[in-house]
Amino acid sequence: MNNANETAVVCRDVTKWFGQGASRVDALRGVDLEIRMGELSMLVGPSGCGKTTLLSVIAGLLDSNGGELEVLDEKPARMTKQERIQFRRRNLGFVFQQFNLLPALTAAENVAVPLLAAGFNRIDAVREATKLLAELGMENRAAALPSELSGGQQQRVALGRALIHQPRLIVCDEPTSALDAKTGHAVMELLSEVAVRPGRAVIVVTHDSRVFEFADTIAHMDDGRIQEIEPGAARARQIANFGAAAPAIQ
Amino acid sequence: MNFVALKMLTGDRAKYLGLIFAIAFSSFLMAHQASIFAGIMDRTRSQIVDITDANVWVMDRNTEYFDEVSALTDDDLYRVRGVTGVKWAVPLFKGQPRAKSPDGKFRVVILLGLDDATLVGTPHKMLLGSASDLRQPDAAIIDEAGYRFFFPDGPLQLGNTLEMNDHRVRLVGICDASAPFTNFPVVFTRYSQALNYVGRERNLLSFVLAKPEAGVSIAELSTRIQSATGLRAMSSTQFGRATIVYYLKHTGIPINFGLTVAIALIVGTVVAGQTFYIFTIENLKQFGALKAIGVSDRRIVAMIVLQALLVGAIGYSLGMGMAAGFFSIFVHKIATRGIVLLWQVIVGDAAIVLLIVIVASLVSIRKVLVLEPAVVFRG
Repeated sequence: MNNANETAVVCRDVTKWFGQGASRVDALRGVDLEIRMGELSMLVGPSGCGKTTLLSVIAGLLDSNGGELEVLDEKPARMTKQERIQFRRRNLGFVFQQFNLLPALTAAENVAVPLLAAGFNRIDAVREATKLLAELGMENRAAALPSELSGGQQQRVALGRALIHQPRLIVCDEPTSALDAKTGHAVMELLSEVAVRPGRAVIVVTHDSRVFEFADTIAHMDDGRIQEIEPGAARARQIANFGAAAPAIQ
Repeated sequence: MNFVALKMLTGDRAKYLGLIFAIAFSSFLMAHQASIFAGIMDRTRSQIVDITDANVWVMDRNTEYFDEVSALTDDDLYRVRGVTGVKWAVPLFKGQPRAKSPDGKFRVVILLGLDDATLVGTPHKMLLGSASDLRQPDAAIIDEAGYRFFFPDGPLQLGNTLEMNDHRVRLVGICDASAPFTNFPVVFTRYSQALNYVGRERNLLSFVLAKPEAGVSIAELSTRIQSATGLRAMSSTQFGRATIVYYLKHTGIPINFGLTVAIALIVGTVVAGQTFYIFTIENLKQFGALKAIGVSDRRIVAMIVLQALLVGAIGYSLGMGMAAGFFSIFVHKIATRGIVLLWQVIVGDAAIVLLIVIVASLVSIRKVLVLEPAVVFRG
């Protein structure tokens, strides 16, 4: 799986703070990180260590205050607000901790939202979404409202929404924290099966050590910095399978 | 994304219906009160509007409105007739004597005494009888509402009598006159006879009604009469407007109705604004998710505006429907006859409802625009 040598994200000494003066909080204190295409990378660490802030900066939802950031060979800092919105729309998929599905839309309609945002007509968008939901094992629940779905099913829908427009980078914020262990495991299994592809990178922020086994790379964060990067179990399996052919960890 | 906006709006039934009904009732109340106000104000000039034969009203220079006049002398009538450009000029008496029916029921009536020779000013919409029958002795024509007051039982019928100032009044016609401001019965009779129906004063000539000759405009004739006689002269339209303005200035009617309309406006705006704001706040995370996914602020603003316009349009339509229903029922009742839903009110109400939804959505739009999409990553 990990045969792509492209780099999806490059962070060099990225800093981010909130507030000014005495109330200033340094969330990122110089992050150096590379995320490779074709990998599922996890950002892990204790609460408040800056992993969600880093994910927001990478996703272009927050501006960094310093350092260099490259995402999919583009520099978000040089983009206008409108360009950044278009960049996200084309290239990024999101999976949120609380799913953030639109309660009034059916599962298929929720999945179709990125296509609708891109200008697809409703019928085509929902048809595509229904196909994708079938691939995610939700063929019988396409017409259900989020309130009629279990947590695991809602996260599958959210996963469908992140995948529908074939993004090159998928960012997931604590995708299993609202789920029980079994369901969380199933969701991660699905994520690693359907989302990780050559030409696409997946970043998962989590503190759930039970899902570390799905990571190709695990970046440990603390106090706004990357403390350590280690191969995950998925990579270890690949190394066992492919030996030296497996790409190196940066 | 319009589809998403509409589903978001209609998905929360309670708030969706709350928004619609807030706007519907606000819209209904505004249209209802504004139309009744306009209808009541219009009634103050009913007797002026009903007299279509003459174009120029001549009165004492200090007369401000129809219901309170200072009598002219008979000489004034001749002076008006002598003004160049006057085709004809006739006297009109307007008084408010008390009329009594044979069974003792009494009421103040608006008595209009028409020129004996020409009967200028006779009602045009006769329900029973003929205007020319006014030439008979003791003859009078009464409006339907007045007839129903004095003779509530049975069908409309000619030949009934009333008594005014100890004189017999024989009803030879029943007409459909515009409802007067005071809701008093309207009685038409000959000028000479009308003078007997009221207590005699030295002068009883209320107005002179005049018609310009061909080629002389109403405005020009009015000016000529004013400069030649020193009396006040104006067109029917101007006199009607002056009468309305008098009531607007000197009564609490506009304040009372204005207050109700203002309350409807404020309540409608506040309730709709607050409900819409709560609706937006509760969907803030969803809007944040849309922003994160790559939906532009402009698109989100368009979604909110669409939602606001939809509830505005539905609420307004319901409100207008209720108002139309109300007026279609009550326009046939004697007490509320002639009060209708005016097209000006329909248009004005639409503009105000648009204002309500714009104000209501602006608060929400501001909240969404300042929303950082990163909010979606905060569990």
